[in-house]
Amino acid sequence: MRALLISIFGMCMLATAAAADETAPANLANACAGCHGTDGKSPGQIPMIAGMAAADLAAELRQFKNDQKAATVMNRIAKGYTEAEIDAIANYFGGM
Amino acid sequence: MARTSSSGSSRRDVLKLAGLATAAGFGVRPAFSQSPGHVVVVGGGFGGATAAKYLRRAGVDVTLIETNATFATCPFSNTVLGGINEIDAITHGYDGLAAHGVQVVPDTVTGINAANKSVSLQGGTAVSYDRLILSPGIDFKWGEIEGYDEAAAEVMPHAWKAGAQTELLRRQLIAMDDGGVVAIAAPGNPFRCPPGPYERASLIAHYLKTHKPASKVLILDSKDSFSKQGLFQAGWAELYGDMIEWVPFSSGGNVARVDPATMTVYTDFDTHVVNVANIIPAQRSNRLVDTADLANGGDWCPINQLTFESTVQPGIHILGDASIAGAMPKSGFSANAQAKVCAAAIAALLRGDEPPSPSFINTCYSLVGPDYGISVAAVYRLNAEGAIAGVEGAGGVSPGDANAEFRKMEAEYARGWYASITSDMFG
Ligand SMILES: Cc1cc2nc3c(=O)[nH]c(=O)nc-3n(C[C@H](O)[C@H](O)[C@H](O)COP(=O)(O)OP(=O)(O)OC[C@H]3O[C@@H](n4cnc5c(N)ncnc54)[C@H](O)[C@@H]3O)c2cc1C
Ligand code: HEC
Repeated sequence: MRALLISIFGMCMLATAAAADETAPANLANACAGCHGTDGKSPGQIPMIAGMAAADLAAELRQFKNDQKAATVMNRIAKGYTEAEIDAIANYFGGM
Repeated sequence: MARTSSSGSSRRDVLKLAGLATAAGFGVRPAFSQSPGHVVVVGGGFGGATAAKYLRRAGVDVTLIETNATFATCPFSNTVLGGINEIDAITHGYDGLAAHGVQVVPDTVTGINAANKSVSLQGGTAVSYDRLILSPGIDFKWGEIEGYDEAAAEVMPHAWKAGAQTELLRRQLIAMDDGGVVAIAAPGNPFRCPPGPYERASLIAHYLKTHKPASKVLILDSKDSFSKQGLFQAGWAELYGDMIEWVPFSSGGNVARVDPATMTVYTDFDTHVVNVANIIPAQRSNRLVDTADLANGGDWCPINQLTFESTVQPGIHILGDASIAGAMPKSGFSANAQAKVCAAAIAALLRGDEPPSPSFINTCYSLVGPDYGISVAAVYRLNAEGAIAGVEGAGGVSPGDANAEFRKMEAEYARGWYASITSDMFG
């Protein structure tokens, strides 16, 4: 029974293994909510990013990524994203 | 699974249960007709609460089954031990999720019937699902330390699930005389919250320094190194002098046996009679997963790291501490990030679409003192082998040479992180 389930499931996995190549903007942006709050609406000491214009947000992220702006943690995080991903994240928040 | 006959369970039972839940005042009944399916989430902690909320945002019907009426977070429970917060400050309810249309069912899942896609509840009902999410957290490997069982934990608390155990350990610290020894037994890898034992040592030392300055904190470790070790040790020296002593595995730190009657802790080399003993035992995935053999004979559940679907049983997704999620540590932040990716994958799968490609962040803040914060961060994505891996060149720990102002800002941001993540889960 178990072997059967595994083999059927194996086929399902093949079918779903290939996700879209570019990381989905919502998946990129939702990870930020762990610190910045749902949709960037921070209830506490971390800066609010909801309502920021896409261009400003992208510019901030590039400054963090290139160590052009002092930060405690954003420099370490921004380095995890490509230029295209930074634009995708900025457009996602900016378009809310 | 023996508790209820789930053979006849169907959509009807779900509706019946949903009706009951509504009648009892647990939230608004969602419109089942517009949803692509019904997802049952087991566990209203970091993974489960987040998954329930984000599935509702994606228009999916969700039933959340959680044993407890409220959830005390492990994150920031060390501030309760340090006398900085009361337990109320870290306790959250489920009204916010109910307001999003999540059916919140206060009950315990006793069995999983993967073949007919239902779970059985202690209360006697069965609930069927189109897809199931489990984020049940950990269980302890009782007996691995000789003499340490559930009864012993009432004398030597683990406080590794927050709530009554946290309050017990806090009362013991308050009752201890000045000059006492507090032992913390830290487990081997992998375990829930790698920096947790060391943040705990820090905040207990903070309390002792203020109230019982002749006391000591003795960390007996089953490892030779630990998370953010350099930053912790520098912070300890700066804030607490030699109040905290760390005994690594190679110096005999491994705790092999305890005797609660005499408050004795036996390591591989030594015998310590202590005043307070916080024994953090080795861990495994919550035993609920064994009812469907999801750990496959191991301690943790193997999953497809794109969708979090079990590689043992289709239709069951496992998040958080219980899962094997590549390079991600077992943290609340990880569970929260995984839940959002899993919710998006399930919403897509229920609609017949491809799951979107994932991205994750984890950051573990630790308080060395109330105004002294440190952190470790990483950004993750899937690698070519389909495993979650850290993005090179990103992440890492707080700088070693930062000044007091920087450490204070990170302590402020740690508090901000707590406010944000708990509102992302429950708000
Ligand atoms: C002292 C300490 C400090 C920590 N600090 C941090 C920190 O600063 N940052 C961080 O990111 N992480 C931290 N963590 C780690 C974090 O607590 C866990 O990684 C996180 O809780 C895992 O989430 P989860 O969803 O897997 O499990 P949990 O959050 O434990 O949720 C599991 C839920 O499932 C419920 N449940 C279990 N079985 C059943 C069942 N059969 N039926 C119904 N309900 C069930 C439980 O009641 C519980 O509410 C800390 C942990 C500890 C111990
Ligand atoms: C670990 C917590 C954490 C995570 C995760 C995080 N941030 Fe931040 N963010 C901060 C903090 C703290 C600051 C303040 C600067 C600093 O000290 O790093 C900040 C600042 C910012 C700012 C500048 C805001 C301003 O008004 O100055 C932007 C923009 C931003 N973050 C965007 C993001 C985006 C986008 C993500 C997700 C890719 C993200 N952050 C993830 C903690 C976080």
